[in-house]
Amino acid sequence: MKLTGTVHRFGNDVDTDAIIPARYLNTSDPEHLGRHCMEDADPSFASRVSKGDVIVAGKNFGCGSSREHAPIAIKACGVSCVIASSFARIFFRNSFNMGLPIFESDEASAEIREGDTVEVDASTGLIRDLTTGREYRARPIPAFMQELIEDGGLMEHIRKRGGI
Amino acid sequence: MGMTIAEKILAAHTDAGDLEPGAIVKVRVDVALANDITAPIAIREFQGAEAPLADPDMVVFVLDHFTPNKDIASANQCKMVRDFALAHGVGNFFDGGEAGVEHALLPEKGLVLPGDLIIGADSHTCTYGALGAFATGVGSTDLAAAMLTSHAWMKVPESMKFVFTGELNPWVGGKDLVLYLIGKIGVDGALYRVLEIGGPAISALGVSGRLTISNMAIEAGAKAGIIGADHKTVEYVKDRAQRPYTVYESDPDARYFSVTEFDCSNIEPQVAFPHLPENSRGISETGEVRIDQVIIGSCTNGRIEDLREAAQILKGRKVARGVRCIVMPATPAVYLQAENEGLVKTFLEAGAIMGPPTCGPCLGGHMGILAKGEKAVATTNRNFVGRMGDTGSEVYLAGPYVAAASAVTGKISSPGEVVS
Ligand code: SF4
Repeated sequence: MKLTGTVHRFGNDVDTDAIIPARYLNTSDPEHLGRHCMEDADPSFASRVSKGDVIVAGKNFGCGSSREHAPIAIKACGVSCVIASSFARIFFRNSFNMGLPIFESDEASAEIREGDTVEVDASTGLIRDLTTGREYRARPIPAFMQELIEDGGLMEHIRKRGGI
Repeated sequence: MGMTIAEKILAAHTDAGDLEPGAIVKVRVDVALANDITAPIAIREFQGAEAPLADPDMVVFVLDHFTPNKDIASANQCKMVRDFALAHGVGNFFDGGEAGVEHALLPEKGLVLPGDLIIGADSHTCTYGALGAFATGVGSTDLAAAMLTSHAWMKVPESMKFVFTGELNPWVGGKDLVLYLIGKIGVDGALYRVLEIGGPAISALGVSGRLTISNMAIEAGAKAGIIGADHKTVEYVKDRAQRPYTVYESDPDARYFSVTEFDCSNIEPQVAFPHLPENSRGISETGEVRIDQVIIGSCTNGRIEDLREAAQILKGRKVARGVRCIVMPATPAVYLQAENEGLVKTFLEAGAIMGPPTCGPCLGGHMGILAKGEKAVATTNRNFVGRMGDTGSEVYLAGPYVAAASAVTGKISSPGEVVS
């Protein structure tokens, strides 16, 4: 599967309160959450983002709370994947459990610029910056997590295989 | 090859032979927790599977975040959880006057025990590591999976060992030690790893101070924050536990990613400046910071020991004019104890506001939201942008002594300035 879109850049330690502020957690409706995605980091983000766009961030993306509302909001606003140099661990597992593709690459995180167009091959982790022509390889995804993505998330995985 | 506490607990909960760091294993879960924010998503996913709960006794739901309900949407969320809990026989369901802040409530009720493997759809689930358990925050989908199968997937983590030596300085407690640690290693300093915390200074701390330390392990990115169980832990759990538990110790030749020693004689009361918990500094380096609000409570510092510390400072003194000081006992039992000990009277006479046992303002939910430009000192655990209200407000994290002293002076203050 190839994911292609325009890049929106964020810095280090983007926390779950910035991704979806707690004031919106009185619901778990994806559409509602998507409308407030990244609001406290960039209030205009949700209105600017187009379907397929890619978030590129620094280290420790998604730190803070365990709220699955964070990957839900990111998916719901149309973002196709997140590239960062590292992810906070609960955000990391939530993304796989929910089927939001995420990729770790120090170089891609450092070099890809705001507004570039990138193409990511979700199965191989090859990231191509179509604006600059540069290529990056994301850290390999463990086999079990590849299974989760293929199955469409953790619950589908359990349904298909009768257990974790 | 020796093993860490974390490895021993994982080994006791899996059939997998390979516990090499990085390996993904399937583990049996003893306790699965969710709250009024995370349970609705877990329940919806669980219901999609159309199967019964694997073990209703393993599931714990606590309605603590937006309760007493702050608006219609949160009332609907709580109602959904309540209806589900009743229909599916979830025994450990805490609502109304039985609810308290989850991570203070579960240890108090004896629902989390040494040697347990606990997952919670709340990042501060790591709190229970203070009892010698492996406890970690997960998402709602992990919780739904555990409700269905009693199992979870886990990547075997490496452990980082931190040894606290020496005597604590005056006005220093668990909060100061953990803020100091996070300041040293940063908010991603323990990413994907387990913190194992010990040493003579930790042995000297009570269980409450240890719970405060483990509570904030996630603020360093850690998967768990484990403190080995000792006689104080056993003393704490023995009358509360309703099932057997196991005390594990790390082997002397266990493998660690790193071992670091901190001498407590170098640690003064700490304050974490906005907007990350790693921005901690000693109270002598805080400068003049005027404040508008003080919050004393939360799963970090809302236990009776914390309220006693705050009351010690506030007794016979007044909250500064223009400052709102809100005290929220973390559980109903803590509230009752504070009442019986005369602490509630002390707080009210000082001009503080008594709030109910709820997360309330800790996550910017309700009951103490900050306006643009306002500053708060809070005994909570996060000071991210907008955490307690407007994105232009600021949260300074501290322990109960510093929070109470700051309430009296109206600026961030050392307890020594207030108490002669
Ligand atoms: S008190 Fe704060 S940190 Fe603790 S569970 Fe509630 S919202 Fe989370």
